[in-house]
Amino acid sequence: MELAVSCKNVSKVYDTGGQKVTALNCIDLDIIIGELMMLVGPSGCGKTTLISVVAGILDQDNGSCELFGENLQDMSSKDKLNFRARNIGFVFQSFNLLPSLNAAENVSIPLILNGMKRFEAERKAVTVLEQVGLGDRWKFLPSQLSGGQQQRVAIARALVHNPRLIVCDEPTSALDHVTGQNVMTMLKDVAMHKERTLVIVTHDARIFDFADRIAEMDDGHIVTVGGIKAKKLSLNSAS
Amino acid sequence: MNHIALKMLMGDKGKYIGIIMGLTFASLIMTQQPAIFVGLMSRSYSFISDVGLPDIWVMDAKVQFVDDIKPLQDTELYRVRGISGVEWATPMYKGLLKVRLTDGTFQTCIVVGLDDSTLIGGPPVMIEGKLDNLRNSDSVVVDIDGARDKLGKPSPTPGAAPIPLKIGDTLEINDRRAIVAGIAKVTRTFQSQPVIYTTYSRAKSYAPKERKLLSFVLVKAKKGQDIAELTRRITKTTGLAAYSQAEFQELTYEYFMHNTGIPINFGISVLLGFIVGAAIAGQTFYNFTLENLRQFGVLKAMGASNLILLRMILLQAVLVGSIGYGLGVGLTALFGFAMRNTILAFKFPWQLLLFSGTGVSLICIFAAFISILKVIRLEPAIVFKG
Repeated sequence: MELAVSCKNVSKVYDTGGQKVTALNCIDLDIIIGELMMLVGPSGCGKTTLISVVAGILDQDNGSCELFGENLQDMSSKDKLNFRARNIGFVFQSFNLLPSLNAAENVSIPLILNGMKRFEAERKAVTVLEQVGLGDRWKFLPSQLSGGQQQRVAIARALVHNPRLIVCDEPTSALDHVTGQNVMTMLKDVAMHKERTLVIVTHDARIFDFADRIAEMDDGHIVTVGGIKAKKLSLNSAS
Repeated sequence: MNHIALKMLMGDKGKYIGIIMGLTFASLIMTQQPAIFVGLMSRSYSFISDVGLPDIWVMDAKVQFVDDIKPLQDTELYRVRGISGVEWATPMYKGLLKVRLTDGTFQTCIVVGLDDSTLIGGPPVMIEGKLDNLRNSDSVVVDIDGARDKLGKPSPTPGAAPIPLKIGDTLEINDRRAIVAGIAKVTRTFQSQPVIYTTYSRAKSYAPKERKLLSFVLVKAKKGQDIAELTRRITKTTGLAAYSQAEFQELTYEYFMHNTGIPINFGISVLLGFIVGAAIAGQTFYNFTLENLRQFGVLKAMGASNLILLRMILLQAVLVGSIGYGLGVGLTALFGFAMRNTILAFKFPWQLLLFSGTGVSLICIFAAFISILKVIRLEPAIVFKG
């Protein structure tokens, strides 16, 4: 099995005004290409720091983290940016759409960053918006869309350049249950295939069913990694 | 990414208008105040500019500027005429005299006495009548602004504008009759006093009795004569000061620059405009960047390099700078147009466009620089913070 992510002994310490806070403490984690891995755990356990390291937007202090066999920390800043632009898509908790751009323009950004011409990028963006059910709303500004629709635009933006890894930070926490389920269904249907990996940080237990595996974190450690059934049992017994 | 930068900028209309208004204000102040300053300073030597024909002005060696009259003996005129290279030389009287108006009040005027035979040194434009009318008995030519305003006859309606002087009206200068024989257009003087032209001999009769009354000798050089050489020769031969027209203008300009508070007063206005404009525009632009920091973070996380973000911010700064500058300069031009026939001094040379353009550019560079620093230091991981 080929690995999308391979983290070995990864540590990260934040210095907050002279006080050291250990966010990641000797993390070992492998994520297989084609799987949907969820990172779960209480607030402040290090989930967001871990996906930041995995996505190459934060450097770890110790250990190594390889993405598709490449160690991002060894890359130059330019190579790292290019690698990120080509290989990684992002979905954020608060959508992070640019408010003054319409849906198609928002979705086209990764393509433009990868060198595609604007109008061609926007044409392709519209086709991806059609895949997420928003083909008729490509002209809408984020403020004219509901929360669920905005998250679908964000998913289209994460998918449009066909990245090998998509990292999602709490993609359903700003949505109601039904909308969250719909977004996850759509994410799994549209985004998942054997060449693409999804890493989702969440504490929304209602979407655990969508995961192939779940890594449970606490206090900067990975406590357990397992299949969904094992994890459900573990979480139920803990509660 | 240029269109994204522009949409980010224009998306928040309130901020966008705020930045542009700050820059417009700065540009307006940096253009309008210097234009008034330049207009005022150019009035200091407007009398010299209006007398276009002579090449050289000869005067007492101690004269510091055009209104600093130190009279010469009439014999100096003949000494100047005798110098080789002089085509012709004519006398000119210039003095401040009190003029009694029809209602009995007095108004101080600049009285200019022109050579009786040639009338050289007369007003540049005659609006009514002819300059030759000065050859008639007791005749004077009055400038149009003076005729309409300070020398005008009181209106029978209280509070209404004065009735302008017209040809045939009579004034009194030093108890002597002066009949208006023409109305002329002259450039306003520094103190905006009315200008009255008459002949040299008549001007001497108007002036209080003094042993010397010749203010200037106006000299035309012979064809092919080097002007600088001739001024040196006149000075050497007569001991008087001789200046070309440009040199005399510069002498007057420099006197006002160094001996009045005008430059420092206007300098402070311009500096304040720059500081206030920089503060408003710089701070609004910086706040705009701060509020968009998360969006820049998203772009950075998705693979936008610092160079791309830098270009975006520079483009935004150039756009608001250009619009603010254009509006400021346009408002200044409108202001100048609206004030063209008033007493306000206003001159708008192309150098002022460069001056205010440089000022606005500095404000934009400053605002963009502090914004760029913030964006370059930005950690893309900010995007995962809730």
